[in-house]
Amino acid sequence: MRVEFDQWMNASTAAADVKRVIESCVHCGICTSVCPTYELLDHELDSPRGRIYLIRDMLQGAAVSARTRDHLDRCLTCRACESACPSGVEYGQLIDIGRQEVERRVPRSLPERIKRTLLRRALQNRPLVRVALHVAWMLRALMPASLQKRIPRRPARTGAWPTRPHTRKVLTLLGCVQGTVAPGYDRALARILDQFGVALVAVKGSGCCGAISQHLGAPQEALQAMRRNIDACWPLVEAGAEAILLSSSGCGSMVEDYAHLLKDDPLYATKAARISALLRDPVELVGSLWSTGSLPLAPLPAGQEKLVFHPPCSLQHGMRLKGRVELLLQRAGYQLAPVSEGHLCCGSAGTYSLLQPALAGQLGSRKLDKLMASQPQAIASANIGCIMHLQKDSPVPVRHWLEILADRLPAGERT
Amino acid sequence: MNQQTFLAALRDIVGSQWLLADAESVAPYECDALFHLQQRPLAVVLPANEQEVAALVQLCAREEVAIVPRGAGTSLSGGATPVASGIVMALNRLKRISIDANARQALAQPGVRNIVVSQRAAGDGLFFAPDPSSQVASTIGGNVAENAGGVHCVKYGLTVHNLVAARMVTGQGQVLTLGEGSLDQPGLDLLALVCGSEGLLGLVTDTRLRLLPVPRAVRVLLGFFPSIGAACDAVSRIIAEGIVPAGLEIMDQASLQAAHRFSPTLGLRIEAAAALLCELDGEAEEIDDATARIRAIFQSLAVMEVRQADDEAQRAQLWAARKNVLPALLRSASDLYVADCTVPRRALSRVLARVLSLSDEYGIAVAQSFHAGDGNLHPVLFYDSAVPGEEERALQLADAILQAVLAEGGTVSGEHGIGSEKLHGMCWQFSPEELDLFASLRKVFDPHGLFNPGKAIPTLHRCAEFGGMHVMRDAIPFPGLPRF
Repeated sequence: MRVEFDQWMNASTAAADVKRVIESCVHCGICTSVCPTYELLDHELDSPRGRIYLIRDMLQGAAVSARTRDHLDRCLTCRACESACPSGVEYGQLIDIGRQEVERRVPRSLPERIKRTLLRRALQNRPLVRVALHVAWMLRALMPASLQKRIPRRPARTGAWPTRPHTRKVLTLLGCVQGTVAPGYDRALARILDQFGVALVAVKGSGCCGAISQHLGAPQEALQAMRRNIDACWPLVEAGAEAILLSSSGCGSMVEDYAHLLKDDPLYATKAARISALLRDPVELVGSLWSTGSLPLAPLPAGQEKLVFHPPCSLQHGMRLKGRVELLLQRAGYQLAPVSEGHLCCGSAGTYSLLQPALAGQLGSRKLDKLMASQPQAIASANIGCIMHLQKDSPVPVRHWLEILADRLPAGERT
Repeated sequence: MNQQTFLAALRDIVGSQWLLADAESVAPYECDALFHLQQRPLAVVLPANEQEVAALVQLCAREEVAIVPRGAGTSLSGGATPVASGIVMALNRLKRISIDANARQALAQPGVRNIVVSQRAAGDGLFFAPDPSSQVASTIGGNVAENAGGVHCVKYGLTVHNLVAARMVTGQGQVLTLGEGSLDQPGLDLLALVCGSEGLLGLVTDTRLRLLPVPRAVRVLLGFFPSIGAACDAVSRIIAEGIVPAGLEIMDQASLQAAHRFSPTLGLRIEAAAALLCELDGEAEEIDDATARIRAIFQSLAVMEVRQADDEAQRAQLWAARKNVLPALLRSASDLYVADCTVPRRALSRVLARVLSLSDEYGIAVAQSFHAGDGNLHPVLFYDSAVPGEEERALQLADAILQAVLAEGGTVSGEHGIGSEKLHGMCWQFSPEELDLFASLRKVFDPHGLFNPGKAIPTLHRCAEFGGMHVMRDAIPFPGLPRF
């Protein structure tokens, strides 16, 4: 589709990117078939094609109101449309810019702005998250059931961070909430890599990948987070760290985008490109190490064979690594039943489940229906958001695949 | 009734959430997949059920407001392009579906996506045969309107052959039941008339679809040929032998090269002039027998290589040679136009050669990959709209191709429909008497001309404006009409 920008947009550094993305769309409508919100709402304006049109009209100077903002807000940024698109439209890039623009052209009410700012700040404040969750865990028993299930479960302490030194090193970021809610993911990754003679180094001075700010309309803050992470990683990268791994695919997919998001930053563009190039999902590295090495897994306990895997959108649509984790779990002896509607988002989508609880709830229960169809003994996934979101109502445990595997490794010494 | 009262009356029927009347919300509905053709409608309504559809039609009939029905908006001929001061009726919310496995039928409302029918029927070992390439997105309502086919229609027929009953709201807001749920229709076969009527006769609100048992075995053969003529001859010989393949697709060299660039791992023979993909389904013995005969035909035509696949993953690999062509072309060209026409199979190689010589003449590159089994051609024309005159030249070439096809006894549309785009082709294909008959027939169902006005059937006046155009190659048909 042709696009003629208004003056403001023409002056923007993003103009060329946006023009390329919009003009690559041929309006064929194939994307509508995989869009979770279109599936639920039957509304063109809640489909990728409709949103592209809304964004295009806005950037061409048409008057916009809260309507456009609402429809853009409802997008989960799952990027299923990118996987389906025959023309290769990079919708994820466009929706980010569209959201920043609508935020500017149709400012939110003060209470909304405060809510979003608080959410952003709170989630990225590790001490605050830690204290709040510990208080919540203490009071959990006193709460009504409906509230109880909204509080993430207290993580079980399994295995210890390996202490054997290795020359081969890979990096991970300290992240935001995950360190408190699910410290086990990184530990599980570290223990698996340790078996293959690779050390996982949690980079001091790193933090949130930037996704929270990026998706809550604070792109400058997101860029700051990215630069901080790059600075923190850089000496270790220079010293020969061979990859950067994030145990949650949502964060990994974000780091993969650093190169693109910082490409106009003269000081960071080259470093960001290097960091993004070093990004691997755990399934890639573990898969390749395991294809040549061996993993001393304890025999699979009876009653734990039947698994289903929920592929996070960031893994299957963002990083395009569909079907890989399933192969590793099968290799570990699990029976994986096929799951219908595997391309659909579970509704977690970062902070989406907090900001759009109704849609997120509908998608969550629809996803659980499909996952439970084969009556599995557990659900495996690869991203903290999906796991916490599905866990709220799941009748069986929802766990990270790394933890499922690491549980069967010989226990390391306690730290 | 003034505009505000009319909008209020629409709102009363569908509820405020399902009426879009402000410019911002209406804009995304202003075009379908033929996106160069845009028209802002007065409003968009999304009714929830047949009662609301009928009430809306009655209101619009009273107020003489045009209605453009819309499903997924995947039409490549502008079938769902809105009309000025008319409304768009999006039927996406009518998506109830149930499977009647004993009857081997599905009950599906018009908003159900084509692929969902087969997905829902899969548990009973059944599928819905029409599979247009838009099948993941396009809706049953749109499939009926366009009489959709797909790669398997060579064996299983078009929508008309797989629809056994429908409910439809006429232009006066009456609800009709067409068909009795069996293949034969008592009385005049109005159901067949509705298939392919492009929304001009009524709004389908429910359908009963024929389902077929999923074949026990499927095999795909992919043969690479030294000339496109040999591939076309193979098609004729296969059909003449009495073999009924489930799919017969030809890719020319330009298409093979595009598919190869898109996924080099397929290892396509890009030095071949053409490839023929042949899908066989049914019982294993039947497939083995057909395979032996087809291989013999291929050998006699100097085939360079034949690949064969039985399991699903391998079949998908061979199909990728065909299915990756369009995605590959979409990524490589600045603009492209996908033409659509049908020729009798016997004329295939003559027409293909003619298309190539026309392509040279107009200086517009063409790639051809198409449904050879039913002679449905899709020449893909590349141009750059930024180069002055190139778009016009491409459209002139498209018309020259249509003329060549008509000269061989073909038709101006294979499966994309006439819509807003091919009206001039209708003037070439049909006599004034025939067009008049179409218009009179339409009037019986829709006396006010409420539904999708200006589409599919050109007025005689419009034809007269461009009369004789086919002998005046310098003139562009409908110069004011921006086309895909």
